[in-house]
Amino acid sequence: MQLKHILIAAVASSALALTPAAARAQNPTVPEGVRLGLNYTLGTKPGVLVLPMDSTGGDSVRAILQRDIDYDDRATVITLDDQSARAMMPKTGDDFNYPIFAKLGVVAILRPQRSLTGITITMYDVAAKKRIQIGGFPLTDQVNSPAWRMAVHRASDEVERWIFGTPGAAATRILFSGGDKQIWVIDSDGENARKLTSVTLAMSAAWSPDATKFVFCGFTPSGSQIAVYSFITGDLHWLSGTARGLNITPTYSPDGRTIAYASGSEGGTDIMVMQEGDASPSRRITVGRGSDNTSPSFSPDGRQIAFMSGRAGHPEVYTMDADGTNPSLLTEFTYGEQAYRASPDWAPDGRRIAYESRIDGNFQIMTIDMRDRSTKQYTSDGQNEDPAWAPDSRHMVFSSTRTGPRQLWVLDAESGRMRQLTHAAGARLAAWSPILKP
Amino acid sequence: MHPSKIIIAVVAVTLVAACHKIPAPLAPSPVAGNDSLDRARADSIARANAARQAEIARAQAEQDSLRAVREREQREAAQNADAMKVLAATIYYDFDKADLTEAARSLLLAKVPVLQAQPTIHLRITGHTDDRGSSEYNLALGLRRAAEAKAFLVNNGIDASRLEITSMGAEQPAVQGENEEAWSRNRRSEFAPTSGGASQ
Repeated sequence: MQLKHILIAAVASSALALTPAAARAQNPTVPEGVRLGLNYTLGTKPGVLVLPMDSTGGDSVRAILQRDIDYDDRATVITLDDQSARAMMPKTGDDFNYPIFAKLGVVAILRPQRSLTGITITMYDVAAKKRIQIGGFPLTDQVNSPAWRMAVHRASDEVERWIFGTPGAAATRILFSGGDKQIWVIDSDGENARKLTSVTLAMSAAWSPDATKFVFCGFTPSGSQIAVYSFITGDLHWLSGTARGLNITPTYSPDGRTIAYASGSEGGTDIMVMQEGDASPSRRITVGRGSDNTSPSFSPDGRQIAFMSGRAGHPEVYTMDADGTNPSLLTEFTYGEQAYRASPDWAPDGRRIAYESRIDGNFQIMTIDMRDRSTKQYTSDGQNEDPAWAPDSRHMVFSSTRTGPRQLWVLDAESGRMRQLTHAAGARLAAWSPILKP
Repeated sequence: MHPSKIIIAVVAVTLVAACHKIPAPLAPSPVAGNDSLDRARADSIARANAARQAEIARAQAEQDSLRAVREREQREAAQNADAMKVLAATIYYDFDKADLTEAARSLLLAKVPVLQAQPTIHLRITGHTDDRGSSEYNLALGLRRAAEAKAFLVNNGIDASRLEITSMGAEQPAVQGENEEAWSRNRRSEFAPTSGGASQ
């Protein structure tokens, strides 16, 4: 192996890191309060091997960890069949035969083990030939139940933080409109799909920032209205304060206090804001002058809103201040071009806005960098629409017809790698949750 | 009941009442004897015959008037159906446009006299789009299509309060398919009478 070993330093999470004394003993030059990360070559995807775990649910724990690390797209999961992997485990303690792991391309060994309340995971640095992290994760729910699986996803996310300094986004769920035109939710790894609404027609779900509820557009005898569904009670309530008629594309502000949405009338469709607990009428913030303005998405600091508008004669993505002032075209205007840009979603790190753009008659997923306004196209097969960022600001979920019927796919914006998330036809309009707390 | 039906029913009842008056009883003969008995018998038979004739005539008149009512109802129903067809005629649009085409304008113009003749009828106008582009934005586009149709009718003298607009965007396609034939039939506004008309 021609690995150029480098040291990745990150701020310690003291509870999970080795004791500073131990770290100092092994690396005398490292100042206290700084932990050592894994040794691997920058720009490569380090090889990670998850050892088998004995005891109930052990196979599931290993499978979920492997899949989450694979879907995180920052490491290469080295898989060994159960027998080979067991043969490589030390008889006692931590006495691994590190050179064999190195030959297989393994940079980090992860060893999940049963504990009193769940599992502990130990991480070994193959190059440094030593244990570098250990953490405990409670697993109190029934094996393979949705809550149990979510707890294992949390362990995966933490392990990724050990390796890369920032956590993964596996402990998340994705809301979407199903082929039955109801709101569904599915785990980020494609498991546990379940239907949440049973109204005439529901679409455009958006998570609250604390992930305890979501807001969506539902069709009623008085037109399309805005409703909030609570994960805690399982109830939904329709917001008063919206006009009869067309009320669509709701979204929460990052502080969770404001709901922005679009409301239509004879005079066009404009973006409105309302306070959720307040029955007073909504306030209009766009001046569309008869045009259609929809699909608001807040910047993470809550100061700006990206939205789409037909005010220039064709649909384009704009940004404006959160009070509706200073609207400006996001993408470069090209005279004579009949562009169609739609469905903006502001990345949680604020750096990029994802949107869909019509290119040669088909819609493709694009991003625009908020600093230099450079754009990047991610898709080219079929119709690809409605991108929504994961909390890691790296992955996006979107709908695509690339294999025929419309399905949800997940895209890694760094590598361009894609995976299919749903397998029931008609899924669209996805929204990725924040990291779900226990 | 339709007002015209009431009028016809009243006329029919009056006619039947008049028929009953026609076979007025004959005055008894002042002459007595066998002849008079025979005559009385003959008169009685004649009276009975006349009554039977009158009954037949009455029944005939009743049947005629019923047939007249039925025919008038059928004629009105046919006219109504034609009017409803004109009212409900769907109009179509170009891609990502809400502007009314020439064909759409003439279909809308034909609705105006029907709405003027039946002032109790209200219309719900529902705008639709094809399934290309943002399904969220398409809801707004559908509403703008319905709004354009409403504005045209209002400009031609129809009270705005009789016209309600709504949108289903791309959510209720008229035909399935991913080709221009299907798309062109899905970019439309539909019109549904909502009260006062013969159909709900």
